[in-house]
Amino acid sequence: MTEIFGVPTQALFGQLLIGLINGSFYALLSLGLAVIFGLLNIINFTHGAQYMMGAFAAWFLLAKLGLGYWWALALAPVAVGVTGVIVERLMLARLYKLDHLYGLLLTFGLALVIQGLFRHEFGSSGLPYAIPKALEGGTNLGFMYLPNYRAWVIFASLVVCLGTWFVIEKTRLGAYLRAATENPELVRAFGINVPRMITLTYGFGVGLAALAGVMAAPIYTVSPQMGADLIIVVFAVVVIGGMGSIMGSIVTGFALGLIEGLTKVFYPEASNTVIFIIMAIVLMIRPAGLFGAAR
Amino acid sequence: MPDAGDGALLAVHGLHAWYGESHILHGVDMEVRAGEVVTLLGRNGAGKTTTLKSVMGMVARREGSVRFAGAETIRLHSDQVARLGLAICPEERGIFASLDVEENLLLPPKVRDGGLTTAQIFELFPNLRERLASQGTKLSGGEQQMLAIGRILRTGARLLLLDEPTEGLAPVIVQQIGRTLARLKQEGFTILLVEQNFRFAQTVADRHYVMEHGRVVDLIPNSGLEAAMPKLHAYLGV
Ligand SMILES: Nc1ncnc2c1ncn2[C@@H]1O[C@H](COP(=O)(O)OP(=O)(O)O)[C@@H](O)[C@H]1O
Ligand SMILES: [Mg+2]
Repeated sequence: MTEIFGVPTQALFGQLLIGLINGSFYALLSLGLAVIFGLLNIINFTHGAQYMMGAFAAWFLLAKLGLGYWWALALAPVAVGVTGVIVERLMLARLYKLDHLYGLLLTFGLALVIQGLFRHEFGSSGLPYAIPKALEGGTNLGFMYLPNYRAWVIFASLVVCLGTWFVIEKTRLGAYLRAATENPELVRAFGINVPRMITLTYGFGVGLAALAGVMAAPIYTVSPQMGADLIIVVFAVVVIGGMGSIMGSIVTGFALGLIEGLTKVFYPEASNTVIFIIMAIVLMIRPAGLFGAAR
Repeated sequence: MPDAGDGALLAVHGLHAWYGESHILHGVDMEVRAGEVVTLLGRNGAGKTTTLKSVMGMVARREGSVRFAGAETIRLHSDQVARLGLAICPEERGIFASLDVEENLLLPPKVRDGGLTTAQIFELFPNLRERLASQGTKLSGGEQQMLAIGRILRTGARLLLLDEPTEGLAPVIVQQIGRTLARLKQEGFTILLVEQNFRFAQTVADRHYVMEHGRVVDLIPNSGLEAAMPKLHAYLGV
C-alpha cells in the first residue's frame, strides 16, 4: 500500500473526502449566515434549527407524502424559507433599530424553542433517510472509492455557493443587495422596496440552510439535535472567514473542512478542536476575519 | 405633468420633522413650480438637508403637508415618493463602495418615462464614461458628485433634490455643475437646490428661500438678490 508521510493514501483521501463533505455544509451554512448578516445585521442563531427543519421536511415529504429526495430538494427550502419570512415579518423586523444583541437573543431563543418542539414530537434518537436511488453506489477512482452521493453533495454545494456569489456580485439584483447593505435609506429613496428585499433575503438565507439540511439527511441521521452540533463549528467558520463576506464564507467553509480532515489523519487528538484553535489565532491577528472588513 | 391646484409642482405647508425626540423643522412653507430652479439658503444646521429628506420621505417622523403634482405624500415611504417622480442627490453623495461606477450609475430604477439616456449622461459628464469599471468611491470628489447627479437623471424623475452639489469642489468643477444645472432646466427638470454658496446659486436659480432654525424666513427672487445682499449676509453670517 502506498503511503504519504507515513499515512496510507487510502486513509488520507478518505479523510480529505470527509473533510470536503463537511466543508460543503460549512460553506452552505456560513454563506446563508453571511447573506443574512450583510443585509439584516442580525446574527441568525436559528440557522442550525432551520437546517434541521430542512432535513425533517425531507423526511416528512417522503414518509407522509411519498415525495422523494428530488422533490425535497426543491420543496423543503421553499417551505422552510416561508417560515423564515414569517419570522422576519413578525419578529425580526421589530428589532432592526435596536442593539445587535436583541436579534441574537431572539434567534437563539427561537432555535431552542424549535429544537424543543421537534424533540417533543420526534424524540432525539433520529430518523433514517435513504440515499436516493440515482445516487446509490460509488465510483472507484483507483486511489480511492468515491460514493456517488458524496460526490453529488460536494458538486451541488459548489454550484449553489458559486451561483449565490454570482448573483450577489455580478447582477443587478446583487447590486441592490450590496447597495442596501451599505445605505438602506438611500436605496429605498431611489424607489426600491428595501423592507421587502430584507424579508426575501432572510427567507433566502433560511432556504439555503434548509437545502443543506436536505442534502445532509441521507448522510447524517435526521434528528432535532443535528443543527445545534453543526452550527457551533459553522459560527467558528464565519468568525474565521469574516462576518458578511460572501466569497470569504465559501472559501473558508471548504478550506476548514479540509483542514479538519487532514488533522484527523495527522493528529486525530486535535481534530475536534482545530477549527477553534484557528479561530483563536485569526481573532488575534485579524479580528475582522480573513476576508472581512472592519465594520 | 399636472400641477397642484395652486400651480406648484411641489407644495410644502406647515412641515414639521423630528429626529427621535429632537424637533428640527417647525412649519416649513415653500413651493416650487414646474421647470423652476429654486434654492434653499441658510446657515449650517438651519434644516435645509432635513427639509429635502422630509420631502423625499426619508425622515421617519414628519407632519404637515407635502404635495407633489397635487398628491399628498406626507404619509408615504421614500420608495413610494420616489415612484411619483422625485429623486435626491444627498449631501454626502451616497456613492456605494461595493459597486463599480457603472453599477452606481444604473442603480436607481426607472420610475417613469422621459429620463436621460446613459449616452446623454456621458455627454454631460464625459469623465464617467472613462471610469465605468472603477470602484465608485475611487473616483475624485468631483467625479463622485457627477455620478451622484448623473444616476438620478436616468430614472425619469422630474423633481431633483440636490443637496450642496458644489460643496468642497474645485472652481472648474463647480462651473461644470452650474452648466449642467442650466442644461437640465432647459430639458424641463425642476430642481430644488440646497446651497451655501449664493454666488453660485445666483447663476442658476429663479428664486431663493432662506431658512433659519427650521423655518423658511424669507423668499428672494433672483432679480432681487443683489439688493438683498446686506440682508443675506446677515442671514448667512458671512
Ligand atoms: N440624524 C440626525 N439626528 C439628530 N439630529 C440631526 C440629524 N441630522 C441633523 N440633525 C440636526 O438637525 C438640525 C438641522 O440639520 P440639517 O438639516 O442637516 O441642517 P443643514 O442642512 O441646514 O445644515 C441640526 O441641528 C442638526 O444637528
Ligand atoms: Mg445640510
